This record gives sequence, structure tokens and C-alpha cells, in this order.
Amino acid sequence: MSVLLLLAIILALSGLAFILGRARSISKVSGNIRDLHSLPGYYGWHTALTVLFPSIVVLVLWLVIQPMVLSNGAAKFFPEATRADSVALTLALDDARRVSRGLDAMIANGSKSEAEIAALDTATTDVRALLAEVNVALGSDVSAESLDAAKYMRAASHSGGFWMALAVMAVAGVGLIFGLSQVHPEFRARNRVEKAVLGLLILASSIAILTTVGIVWSMLSESISFFKMYPAGEFFFGLTWSPNFSGGSTLGFLPLLWGTLYITFVAIIVAVPLGLFTAIYLAEYASPKLRSWIKPLIEIIAGIPTVVFGLFALVTVGPILRDYFAQPLGLGTSGSSVMTAGIVIGILNIPFISSLADDIINSVPQSLRDGSFGLGATRSETVRQVILPAALPGIVGAVLLATSRAIGETMIVTMGAGAAAKLSLNPFEAMTTMTVKIVGQLTGDTDFASPETLVAFALGITLFVLTLGLNILALYIVRKYREQYE
Amino acid sequence: MKDQQIEERAVTAHTPRITARKVNVHYGTSHALKDVDVDILANTVTAFIGPSGCGKSTFLRCLNRMNDTVASAKVTGEILLDGENIYDPRVDPVRLRAKVGMVFQKPNPFPKSIYDNVAYGPKIHGLTRNKAELDEVVESCLRKAALWNEVKDRLDAPGTGLSGGQQQRLCIARAVATAPEVLLMDEPCSALDPIATAQVEELIDELRSQFSVVIVTHSMQQAARVSQKTAFFHLGNLVEFGKTEDLFTNPKDPRTESYITGRIG
Ligand SMILES: Nc1ncnc2c1ncn2[C@@H]1O[C@H](COP(=O)(O)OP(=O)(O)OP(=O)(O)O)[C@@H](O)[C@H]1O
Ligand SMILES: [Mg+2]
Repeated sequence: MSVLLLLAIILALSGLAFILGRARSISKVSGNIRDLHSLPGYYGWHTALTVLFPSIVVLVLWLVIQPMVLSNGAAKFFPEATRADSVALTLALDDARRVSRGLDAMIANGSKSEAEIAALDTATTDVRALLAEVNVALGSDVSAESLDAAKYMRAASHSGGFWMALAVMAVAGVGLIFGLSQVHPEFRARNRVEKAVLGLLILASSIAILTTVGIVWSMLSESISFFKMYPAGEFFFGLTWSPNFSGGSTLGFLPLLWGTLYITFVAIIVAVPLGLFTAIYLAEYASPKLRSWIKPLIEIIAGIPTVVFGLFALVTVGPILRDYFAQPLGLGTSGSSVMTAGIVIGILNIPFISSLADDIINSVPQSLRDGSFGLGATRSETVRQVILPAALPGIVGAVLLATSRAIGETMIVTMGAGAAAKLSLNPFEAMTTMTVKIVGQLTGDTDFASPETLVAFALGITLFVLTLGLNILALYIVRKYREQYE
Repeated sequence: MKDQQIEERAVTAHTPRITARKVNVHYGTSHALKDVDVDILANTVTAFIGPSGCGKSTFLRCLNRMNDTVASAKVTGEILLDGENIYDPRVDPVRLRAKVGMVFQKPNPFPKSIYDNVAYGPKIHGLTRNKAELDEVVESCLRKAALWNEVKDRLDAPGTGLSGGQQQRLCIARAVATAPEVLLMDEPCSALDPIATAQVEELIDELRSQFSVVIVTHSMQQAARVSQKTAFFHLGNLVEFGKTEDLFTNPKDPRTESYITGRIG
């Protein structure tokens, strides 16, 4: 029985439980709902939950545990030598699993019967060719052990599936009976359901947190193996970045950090004034009609894929900067430069800042504007001296978020600033950032055990720490000002 | 010579600073103020009384064009300040509001320090020449608003951190510091305790020697104590306008009488 069908049955059963629980609660007080502790619907929900919750838990646990048990069982078919080597064992089990899937496929398309499968023997048949017919490609001939293990896996998972369905349905049935037996007028169904809702909310939020922890953990473990191969001091304080995939690389991180910060700085210099002025115009000066036109138009920018911005940097901004600024000023001849990428990233961030700041400025109470106008202040005096200070924490938060975004930007930098890791003050020179190098080190055929590849993870975790620090700073500033002014 | 001076003062005391004629206000389709005629005299405290929602604040906001900031509000009629129509396109509402200051119904201190709140008006209008003068203005205005003693040690603390009543007095000090010629006060004492109320009333009386004051209040006693003229509004109409003692002792309109004796409200 498929898991999906099983889920459908559980859901149907809990729907039934809802109806039964609700009806039972009403009949318990012979229709006089006021005698119930909770509304009948809550008894229904509670009964539905006593069906749903335990059966889902059993289902999930079974789905997690069964493959482990199967692997253990299948491992017995392989010789001692294979079992002792964990990598070899994993590979062997993977093969066996693929074979068993192939056998299933043969049954499904009718080319073999159960009996024929049971009689299959590697000595007499070319199992590999048979499997290839059902689109299961194997790297080598199927060994006798592998076929036996596969047969065992098939049988065990079939009976496992059967027992799982039985167990889940039994649990659901017991849940239904238990839930119904709980329905009586004093039972606090409402409070129970409230607790279940709370649990659901906590579960949802913990998944987001667990994902973050997972990301950090995976990056951390790879970074640690990097630092085992490459000294941390040289990584963090090295002034040259020249990876060499045949060994002997210098992986100094400072040029990348410098490139990242320089480009981000240019981007913020572009984005903050333009975004902020746009927001002030929209929130304080524009008529509602104009605003309803301009705001969506600006936000279109936010919807343009960054790779399109990258093209814009490559074919338009870069050449213009080179021909009209860099060359006349004698600052270089490169179209890809810190300026190109920074300006384009800045433009990309304008709608982000303007939209956030516009909302923040709008949330400044009208009474403050009235107070200022009432004292004979002009609009711009009011904006400068009352609105912006009141909106400052939110605006700082928006700016720091935009900074995080600029730091993480990859595509525009690749296309606009080039890939040369350099430590230079000249903004018209090509430089590169950490994100670009992360991509660069991981693309292509690379060996996942060399420092040249693993350095990507060290860069990743450093980037993560950098943006995390910025976000924490943003939160801190926002909170500090809130306390002061609310 | 002396007689002449007294004569002159008596005349100025009766010169109308603001003359409002046939003022109508619409908020969208609702007609909030209907044909209101009021004269605000120089060196006089005028009280506006009336049940909630009758249009007192609306009228007050007409007098310094604060209704300009409400998109749905439409003001018609004529309001003259010293003989000049304030709704004339040539009049700059910003200059007007510097002359006709306002204290709002709800306290609205700026998210700045107490000092900067009071210094706001003097700074933007360039009323003081140096820091010492500004300090002096801030102190004297805070004293006038009966707040000095409570805040003199924390002038740098944010104005928003004060209690509701302290915030209202801060807003009064802020309005006074701008040195307006007419001061509009919308229920300035609604959040104040009796002591602070008495101090603010004292201030209003003191301000009368320099400014005209218009005060909206829900307290008949307050209107009777501080004002020389009283206007009674009801459902957007100006029902009765006259000398305070006349209006309270000898109301001409039955609606006024019911209101001041507490039968409608
Ligand atoms: N911004 C606005 N938009 C729409 N209608 C408004 C607005 N401001 C006031 N009104 C309406 O105009 C009428 C008069 O309101 P106003 O604020 O002048 O009353 P008020 O006399 O000051 O009352 P209160 O004593 O409660 O302060 C009310 O019916 C109110 O609903
Ligand atoms: Mg009012």
C-alpha cells in the first residue's frame, strides 16, 4: 500500500473522528451545548487529533526506521571484508537497492513473474543486461551477494509496507476509540486543542531554526577539514589569492574581503541616498494618485533577475564608465570594475530601500507632522527634523539589510567586476568578491578533498558570520531606538 | 495723557484679530461645520465648548489652516487675520502657522530630547541669536508650562518618555516658545491633574497680555474661569457666542442652557 494512500485513509479517518466526536459531545448533554466545557467543534477537533497525531508519528517513525533495518539485514549477505569498510558497504548497499528497484520495475512492466524473479541466478542469467532493459544502469556486473541482498530487500520492504499500513491503521483506530471515550461535558477539549495549535506553531518555527543550524553545521565541518589542510592564519591574513588546482595554492582571504567590502560600499553609497530620497518623495510629497503609479514602477526593478542586471553592467555601465571616466582620468582601461558592479548593485537595491523606508516613514504618526506644521515648520524641515529621526531605527535596519544583500550578490559582480582578486584602492580596477570565488572554486571537475575546493566552505562560513553580524547589529540598533522613542 | 492710554488699551482689547464668516467644512460628504461666524479679539481668551463631535477641533484647525493636511477636508467661507484672508492663495500657510500656533488635543511630543522639543520653534524661525538666549527661552517656556521643576535635571531625555500630562505641558511649552500671536489650544488640560491644570490656566491668563488665546474645553468651570468670551457649538452649528458671564448666567438659546446645566452632552 502506498504511503500516499495510507495518508489519505488517515485523513479520512480523522475527518470521521471530527464528526463523531462533535456529535457525541452534543448527545452527551442531550443537545444542551451550554453544559459542555467547550464548543462541540473543539470535541470534534480533539477527537480528530487523537487519530491524526499518533498515526502520523508512527508513520514517520516507520518510514525513517525501516530503511535502516533493511540495510542492516541486507548487509549480512555481503562478505566480512565489505562489511568492515564503511564506504565499500555503502556502495554495495546502494547497488543492491538499485537492483531491487529494477526487479520491482520488471514485475511492474510484466516482463517477469514473481516466481521467475525468485529463480533468478547470476550464474545463469545476465542480470545486468536485464536491468538495463528497465533503465537501471549499473557500473559492474551484478554479484550473487548483491542479487541475494536485493531479493531480501524487496521481500522485506514489501512485508514492511504491509505491517506499516496495519500498524498505522491500528493506531488510528485506537486513537479514535480513545478520543471518543474522552468526550464528556467536563473534558477541556478547547484547552487541549489550544495546546495542539501551540505545538504546531513551535514545530513550524523550529524547522526554520533547524535548517539554519544544519547549514552552519555542514559548512563548519567542511571548513574544519579545510583548516586541517591549510593554516588558518595564512587564510585569514594572506594578501594574495592564487588558487592552483595542481597544488601549492596561496589562499589569502583578504583580497576577497577587500573586494567584497569595496563593492558593497559603492553600492550602499549609490543605493542609500537614492532610495531614501525616493521614499521621502513618495511618502511626504507625492499625491496619492502619483504614488500609486510610481511605487509599483520602482518595485519592478526589484523583480528583474540579477543576471539581467549583470548584462546591463557588462554592456552598458562598464563601457560608459571606462570610456568617460576611467580612461580620461587615466585610472585604467577595464570595463569590469568595482564601480561598475557597485553602481549596478546599488541600483538593484534602490527599490529595496525605498520600499522599506516608505513604509517606515508612513508609519510615523500623523500627529507628529501636525505638531511640526502647527509650529510653522515647512515640509522639508518637518521631514529632516521630525520624521527622519522618528523613522531612523527602521531606516538603519533597512540599510543594513540592503548591505547584507549587496555583500551576498554574486551574478552582478561576476559580470561587472570580473574575477581578479586584487588589493587596490582604484575603483576602476577589476576586483572580485567572496561569493564569486565560492562559485568559482566549486564549479568544474574538482576533487572534494583538496584545499582549493574546501576553501569555498571557509569563505562561505566567513560570509555567513559577516552578514549575521550585520543583521544582529541591525536588530540591536532598531531595538535600542525603539526603547528610546516608544 | 494717562486717560488716553487707558482709552487706547480698551480699544485694542476689542479689536478683532480673527474674523470668521460663513465658515463651512466638509469632510468628504459629511458636513462638519455649518455657517460659523466668530470673532477672536485681541488680548482675549475665547473658549469653545460643546458636546463631543460637534466640530470644535475642526473649527480650531481652520484658524491656522491645519485642515490643509487633511486631504478630505474642504473649507469654504472667509477667515480674516488682521483683515487679511488666510485662505488667499498668496498667504503662505507656513508663515500663518508661525503666527497662529496650536496645541493639539492629543499630546504629540517629537522623538527628540525635551530641550530640543521646546527649542524646535525658536530654531526654525530663528528667534534666538545664540545658545544662551535659546537656553533662556527654553527654561522660561518650561516654567510657564509648569514643567520646569520636573524636567530641569533631564532636559536631554527624550520627550516621549514623559507621562501623558507632562507630554501635554511639553507641547504647551513648545507652542509658547514659538511666540505666536494667536494660540489655539485644543483641550490642553484633559490629561492634567488639578494642580497642573491650575498652573496652565494661570499661564493662559498670563499669555492673554501678549496673545489671543482660543481654548477648547469640556469643563464648564474652566471655560468660566479662564475665558472672557465663549462659543457654544452643537452638531456643527455655532449656537451661541458671547461674553462668558452672559452665556453662563443668562443663556439665550435653550440648547445652550441644556448643555451648561448638563442635560445634553
Ligand atoms: N479627518 C476627519 N475626517 C473625517 N471626518 C472628520 C475628521 N475629523 C473630524 N471629523 C468629523 O467631524 C466632526 C467634528 O469633529 P471634531 O473633531 O471637530 O469634533 P470635536 O468637537 O473636537 O469633538 P471632541 O470634543 O470629541 O474633540 C465629527 O463628526 C467627526 O467625525
Ligand atoms: Mg476635538
